[in-house]
Amino acid sequence: MSETSGRWEGRLVAVVIWLIPMVVVVCGAQRWLPPLASEHGAGIDQVLIYLLVTVGGLLVLGHLALGYSLWRFSGQPRVTHRLASPRQERKWALIPNLLMTILGEGGVLVLGLPVWAKFYAASPPDDAVPVEITGEQFAWNVHYPGQDGVFGRTVATLISLNNALGLDPDDPGARDDVVLVNELFLPVNRPARVRLRSKDTLHSFFLPYQRVKQDAVPGMTIELWFVPTETGSYEIACTELCGFGHYQMRGLLQVLSEPEFESRMRELPPFR
Amino acid sequence: MAEMQHAEVMHEPQSFLRRYVFSLDHKVIALQYILTGMGVAVVSGLLVMLIRMQLAWPDAKWPLLESLLPGGFSGGVMKPEFYLALITMHGTLMVFFVISFALVSGFGNYLIPLLIGARDMAFPFLNMMSYWVAVPATLIMLASFFVEGGAAASGWTAYPPLSAVPQAIPGSGLGQTLWLLGMALFIVSFTMGGLNFFVTILNLRTTGMSWMRLPLTIWSLFLATILGLLAFPALTAAAIMLLLDRHGGSSFFLPAGLFFGNKLLPHQGGTPLLWQHLFWFLGHPEVYVLILPALGIAFDVLAPFTRKPIFGYRLTVYSLWAIGFLGMIVWGHHMFVSGMSPFAGEFFSVGTLLITIPSAMVGFNMLASFWGGSIRFTTPMLFATGILTLFGLGGMGGLFLGTATADIFLHDSYFVVGHFHYMIGGVTLFGLFAGLYYWYPKFFGRMLNETLGKIHFWITFVAFYGVFFGMHLLGLGGMPRRYYAFYEYEFLKSLAGHHLYISLSAFVLGAAQLIFLFNFFWSWRTGAKAASNPWNATTLEWTTPSPPPHGNWPGPVPVVYRWPYEYSLPGSALDYTPQTVPEGREAG
Repeated sequence: MSETSGRWEGRLVAVVIWLIPMVVVVCGAQRWLPPLASEHGAGIDQVLIYLLVTVGGLLVLGHLALGYSLWRFSGQPRVTHRLASPRQERKWALIPNLLMTILGEGGVLVLGLPVWAKFYAASPPDDAVPVEITGEQFAWNVHYPGQDGVFGRTVATLISLNNALGLDPDDPGARDDVVLVNELFLPVNRPARVRLRSKDTLHSFFLPYQRVKQDAVPGMTIELWFVPTETGSYEIACTELCGFGHYQMRGLLQVLSEPEFESRMRELPPFR
Repeated sequence: MAEMQHAEVMHEPQSFLRRYVFSLDHKVIALQYILTGMGVAVVSGLLVMLIRMQLAWPDAKWPLLESLLPGGFSGGVMKPEFYLALITMHGTLMVFFVISFALVSGFGNYLIPLLIGARDMAFPFLNMMSYWVAVPATLIMLASFFVEGGAAASGWTAYPPLSAVPQAIPGSGLGQTLWLLGMALFIVSFTMGGLNFFVTILNLRTTGMSWMRLPLTIWSLFLATILGLLAFPALTAAAIMLLLDRHGGSSFFLPAGLFFGNKLLPHQGGTPLLWQHLFWFLGHPEVYVLILPALGIAFDVLAPFTRKPIFGYRLTVYSLWAIGFLGMIVWGHHMFVSGMSPFAGEFFSVGTLLITIPSAMVGFNMLASFWGGSIRFTTPMLFATGILTLFGLGGMGGLFLGTATADIFLHDSYFVVGHFHYMIGGVTLFGLFAGLYYWYPKFFGRMLNETLGKIHFWITFVAFYGVFFGMHLLGLGGMPRRYYAFYEYEFLKSLAGHHLYISLSAFVLGAAQLIFLFNFFWSWRTGAKAASNPWNATTLEWTTPSPPPHGNWPGPVPVVYRWPYEYSLPGSALDYTPQTVPEGREAG
């Protein structure tokens, strides 16, 4: 290969390498996240934006440096620097080490941990609206405890076509319970305390606008809580492969004002 | 020891069967693995073309395909369960039967003895057995398309209960059983091969080949092997347990109260999370098993085409060790929202972000290796450059997913699909190509066509970004993976259109590989003859004829006097000094 052709080829590669971060930044700067509609979601968005900015910046720097090396050194007949001494290498190694420690662990521990702890470890406030959501192929069963605030007992052997959860009719706690399919009502600006269960395969309860995602696991009851901050109707999707109808397992979340929510709860027919 | 080995392996078998089929020669076994991997890649590549067709034009009718694949289509439209079988098998085949075969078993077999100065592997018979167990594993896996219910359709992760209960999904019939058997056999095969790699690198290095004189390809294969040996057996156990759950009535992964097809199942006491732990105990180290050799190859290709030593050899070795160690203890980052304890989740998150530190070191050293070099853009060099950019973008995506808080939103979205295709799809594929273009002359004694190679690189590189970069953005938009179609959801409607250009890029990416296949087979017969050292490189494989004879060196095995990156040594007439040149003899 002649030196000139090597040089031009190197410069072509350099330009392409420089184009990559430009495309990444232009695309990444668009608004991709669905509009936010929950309290803790602001923390998740903050972490995402922190990562987009810092990681995007590193990506730009790295590609600029690589492109510059290619532009400057391709096709040059002689090596200009041969070998860094071990001391120099260790000195340079501080850059990636410090950067990733601060940037990566900083993101996890400083920004991420409080949000994570609130979502999972903090116990829900007392005024939280309890609701149990049970996934099945391919629907979401929504179960409210009713006026008494007590979830009725469910027994797997009682499951039938018109008793999808197997609620025990002999349990007094079950009588005023409300069971809906693919319809979830929540009041705005009040915590919702969700108990997630599954009857068959794994499912994952995903509220894109509320930034909620949690697997539903058969045999386990998983609790989480969040605060919806905007009224409106939002979609519920399944994000854990659960069978051939996985892509159709759609539910609807209606976030209502407090009075609307209360009247809706009174209108809904009780279990028995 | 060396002399005895010399006498034993120099006796070359003459019959066709012992030479090319049941061969004990590591070079033949290597090519068997690489060719098998390429064959499976064609199948698996065709599967993904079907996947991309469905996503670009959901509900379109394909009567011609229906006549070819009657089980997968109904009324000309692809069935959702067939779509799930396609993604399951595409993932499984690519990870275990293409990249593991070609990159780890293939290159490992070819390069380890040649780069460390051994006449063959430590256990040639075990080596042959490893390949001949891999063949039935592959056949069993492929056969699952032809059984009732079709191939496994529970994803390449095979999460129970979907994979444990036959009535959960059509692919959970015989197809899933074959999948489990195929995987168990794959692990048996890999364990035999891995043990062999480990012992060979440990014991058969030639005189003077100290640890710090090993090329990084060998270091990375050594670590990949250790990871594989430690991590893979967990899945053998899990596969047996799942087989028992499926066919023996046990309940390792199945809790009480499972309700399928209007019937309560008699299982109790198990948990699906156990499978997830066991699977990812294999699954996460597997990522490093695949990616480390690609990184090692990138370094070894960089040095001869920058004509200078790589930057930070020692620190790279330490970083590879660190990545390997940390890679064993972070499997839980696949399970942040699985129902696992949030305290464990945070531990795995902190651990995962620790891996970014040695990974960034490796990337930084690779980047710094370009500095000041006399850079020559051959095809292998282009692919090595590609590895660095893919590793950069893919690694950065890893920061998002490793941060547990961000993963609440990104888990199981297209962001994940984009990310892992950059890493175990892109870095490994480019590593495979960098290695193939670089060592092809050694394999076959002929050069690959450079013009075709460069066309192949450019189309592959641009199309790769076209396919997988946009997936990150779709994931930020909340798009879940493993969806047969996206028209059911309002919030996905505006994003679904992106699948058209992703699919078009994927078709271009697929078609570009035909250029490579043509080049590979055409050059085998008609390529320009390769000298023993066409790239003026320093490592031991270039000190023997191309292709190397049985026993690797016609004379005695070479003796090593220096490290593998001795380029542009001051005061030397040549700009490279092979590892076999003693101190003080550089000028020659």
